[in-house]
Amino acid sequence: MNPTDLVDRANLRDDVPRFSPGDTVKVHVRVVEGNRERVQVFQGAVIRRQRGGVRETFTVRKVSFGVGVERTFPVHSPMIARIERIVEGDVRRAKLYYLRDRVGKAAKIKEKRQAR
Amino acid sequence: MATKAIVGEKVGMTQVWDEAQRVVPVTVVKVAPVRIVRVKTHETEGYSALQVTTGRRRPSTLTKAEAGHFSWAGVEPGRHLLELRIEDTSGYEVGQEIDAGILEAGEKVDVTAISKGKGFTGGMKRHNFKGQGASHGNHKKHRAPGSVGACATPARVFKGTRMAGRTGASRVTTLNLEVVVADPEREIVLVKGSVPGPRGGLVVIRNAVKVSR
Repeated sequence: MNPTDLVDRANLRDDVPRFSPGDTVKVHVRVVEGNRERVQVFQGAVIRRQRGGVRETFTVRKVSFGVGVERTFPVHSPMIARIERIVEGDVRRAKLYYLRDRVGKAAKIKEKRQAR
Repeated sequence: MATKAIVGEKVGMTQVWDEAQRVVPVTVVKVAPVRIVRVKTHETEGYSALQVTTGRRRPSTLTKAEAGHFSWAGVEPGRHLLELRIEDTSGYEVGQEIDAGILEAGEKVDVTAISKGKGFTGGMKRHNFKGQGASHGNHKKHRAPGSVGACATPARVFKGTRMAGRTGASRVTTLNLEVVVADPEREIVLVKGSVPGPRGGLVVIRNAVKVSR
């Protein structure tokens, strides 16, 4: 238990699904344009998760028009409307930085085979 | 001079979200109600201040002098006894309790505390000296201060020349921090940014004196 928990507990979200590095996720981000609010989807692979209670963040990488785009989100941010896990990845590392040096088929993450 | 002040204990740093859903780094300060032990005024003491106590303390641990002081005021003994210098003490009386409710969100405050002690440190850490080159033939003088004076005139080192020595553990005030939350019920004040001192250290929060109006 952290000494600052008495403040943090109220700010933790309880609707965060289970996801880990290697998974492909859809992050629904609230975007405010003027006084209008809409939801934008950022889809890609989770390449890291940095734990730390209310300060926890995760980074999603996708390749958009041939350019790699990485976006880091705070897990408990109210800016995130929803996180959806699409594919569970089969990876052996916690931090998938090696994906940055790979393109095309080499950058593909294997899907985890479910045990029956 | 500040018009209101309160004392609390630094709990640590964390982050909260503001209404625009941005991250705000905050320091959590636990501000339990403080009890006024004595009111000092310009007429009697020559300056105005509130002598307050905070926390609880077993009466058996008090000296006779302390016990007498607290019983004269009719106030339960606390762990700390300290003075809060404020401009006008006329609205306060002995025995009264002050809580975090005197602060409100959005207000600018100055926070004073004893900074973390660093021990004996060199000139680079203590006075932000540049040190010397890493290469170009430098030998075992990478963090040395360099020259401390001239030659036969004055043939001594001037007083006050900045050198290595004890660093930290001094009274530091951080000006114009913003109060994010002041909640007397949970006895919590959240101050935006960092606050001097270690976790568990005593901090004095006063309303800002140099705020631009």
